[in-house]
Amino acid sequence: MSRQLISANHAAAEAATMAARANKNARGFASGIYPITPQTECIEYLAKQEIEKGAVVRVESEHSAMGVCIGAALSGARTFTASASNGLSYMVENIATAGFYRLPILMYAVNRTLGPPWNIWVDHGDTFQLRDAGWMHVYCEDNQEVMDSILFAYRVMEDARIMLPMMVCADAFVLSHTMMMTDMPTQEQVDAYLPDLNLPHAVASEPVTVGGLDFPRETEVHRRQHQEAFDRVPEVYAEAQAEFEKVFGRKIPDRVVPYQMDDAEIAIVCIGTFASTVKPVVDKLRKQGIKAGLVRLRMLRPFPEQEMVEILSGVERIGVMDRDISLGMGGVLWSETRGCAPHAIMQNYMIGLGGGDVRAGHIETIFTELLEQKESGKPRIVEVG
Amino acid sequence: MTANEPVMAGLPHSEQDRSDPVLRAGNTNCGGCGMSNGHLFMSRAAGNDYQIQMVIPACCGIVTPGQFPYSNYGVPVVASTFGGAAAVACGLSEVANQNDDGYRVVVWAGDGGTYDIGFATMSASAERNDDIMYVCYDNEIYGNTGGQRSSATPKGASTTTTPKGKDVGKKDIMGILGAHGIPYATTISLAHPEDAIRKFKKALGMKGFRFVHILAPCPTGWKSEPGEGIEIVRLGVKAGLFPIFEIEDGFKYTINVEPEMCDESLGDYLSKQGRFRKSGVTVADLRESIDRYWRRLRLLSRDE
Repeated sequence: MSRQLISANHAAAEAATMAARANKNARGFASGIYPITPQTECIEYLAKQEIEKGAVVRVESEHSAMGVCIGAALSGARTFTASASNGLSYMVENIATAGFYRLPILMYAVNRTLGPPWNIWVDHGDTFQLRDAGWMHVYCEDNQEVMDSILFAYRVMEDARIMLPMMVCADAFVLSHTMMMTDMPTQEQVDAYLPDLNLPHAVASEPVTVGGLDFPRETEVHRRQHQEAFDRVPEVYAEAQAEFEKVFGRKIPDRVVPYQMDDAEIAIVCIGTFASTVKPVVDKLRKQGIKAGLVRLRMLRPFPEQEMVEILSGVERIGVMDRDISLGMGGVLWSETRGCAPHAIMQNYMIGLGGGDVRAGHIETIFTELLEQKESGKPRIVEVG
Repeated sequence: MTANEPVMAGLPHSEQDRSDPVLRAGNTNCGGCGMSNGHLFMSRAAGNDYQIQMVIPACCGIVTPGQFPYSNYGVPVVASTFGGAAAVACGLSEVANQNDDGYRVVVWAGDGGTYDIGFATMSASAERNDDIMYVCYDNEIYGNTGGQRSSATPKGASTTTTPKGKDVGKKDIMGILGAHGIPYATTISLAHPEDAIRKFKKALGMKGFRFVHILAPCPTGWKSEPGEGIEIVRLGVKAGLFPIFEIEDGFKYTINVEPEMCDESLGDYLSKQGRFRKSGVTVADLRESIDRYWRRLRLLSRDE
């Protein structure tokens, strides 16, 4: 194993390449690629790779990038694509198709503000709009997690009990363009970790129609089966974690990542790289005798409700930090988390919208205000300027 | 289906046909649907020589197979999003080719999925020279949604969104595909089975992007007699309205059926279809643009 100074974009492409090579004894690999800031370096890196039994198709739109993945996946190949922001919006129809077809397609999504007006910085609204598309969602905190999560995702997605697509999300620039020392897996390790993909509903010569007509009674059954696959994720996730540690010697974080939560009375809930900003503030408050903690939600779908309820059960005050806004409602993370801790005073802070620079000082203010708050308030936008 | 059962005028099902036809009996197509004939031609051309995988975007053709889990197609079919057929087909063909499966991947799309919403996707696929055969069964309307205008609707045709008749003509899809320099682009007349089957065989046997354009009568949208669809196509070909030609590598033009360019046929073509009644479009209105198209076609197909 070697260590490399590498950006999340390159880490993602490197992981995808190794996963592609690992399927050479099965149906191989194919990917449709299209550029969009801030993931472009990922697909550029992929386009440079020589992959035995692999096709990287340079398409004309995000819609077609996912289209190529859908066709290739239905032919039994391992697939990958990357996108962000408006690219994801343009791709939505085929993203939902990949979900409903139960295809284990991997998407590296770099979270970027939806335009117009055009803004290339981090905001989670782009992948949150895909919350209900039938995909698993994972949000990463550093580049190692991006690389590992992609390999891990193939293992989970392609399990016969699951067969669902997954998006592995990374914050724009904070991760996508930031170089970090990263443990690089070897091809042998990846080969050992990822079994050959065997898609049970692959199209070959059998005259079946994939996606013809459903009447309501068929749709009811299809949705139930889709949901049941999501219900099996926790079990498969845990198995894939254990196997990952065995092969690579590193841990894959749990679906919810608690920090100093054992006896926490006040806590922040957030996703992605916010966690790295919050941790030192928690440490500082702990030194002052305040029982502060942090909950990073790593997996948005399937939503780890049970874990969230357990971790938040003894917490009196909860601040939910959203880098997104569901206009007319509030933060998405807040509205998802609300039901997990009805006992607590919970306040939603929509902070760093459009990529505003959220610093330790902002987090300290949140903690201070939250400590004095008497009851849950309405969601609030915090402008960081 | 038993041997020698007549499945289309003068062409009985025989030993040389696929044992499982592309379009099976019991499908939901309307009587007189031109798409059905297109499938029968392709079925005969493929015989048992080619394993077909079909991608069908939103259109009547994806209603044809019927309700899940049944299928009235004798080949595997993937339903794609309306604008996504060529990209999905690209994925299937890349993987089939890298595994030496020998599958021939076919897109079967209507004019909406080809001329309109799927246009960019198809153009990109043609530019990449993906190994797919793209068949457009062109009924000149959005048939599946009840007959709205598309950019393939001809001038003067009434649709639910052009009730007084469309005021502009249709896109020159063959010119556009020819300009991509693809290995093969051809029009097919349902009234000329021998020429049609020869072309399907040729296209199925080739590599790279092949485009097949079928004028497909839709009795419901055209307000025509279901039994007269083939005759209407014959009249269109005779009149020069629907030229039957092929383009190889974007430059080698060959005219396959010589039209009579007769006004009488054109008049009958119009009068047999209720869709042209309201606008009152006449033979004289169309003749000039037909002649102009043919002057260009003659130049392009000139033997040098």
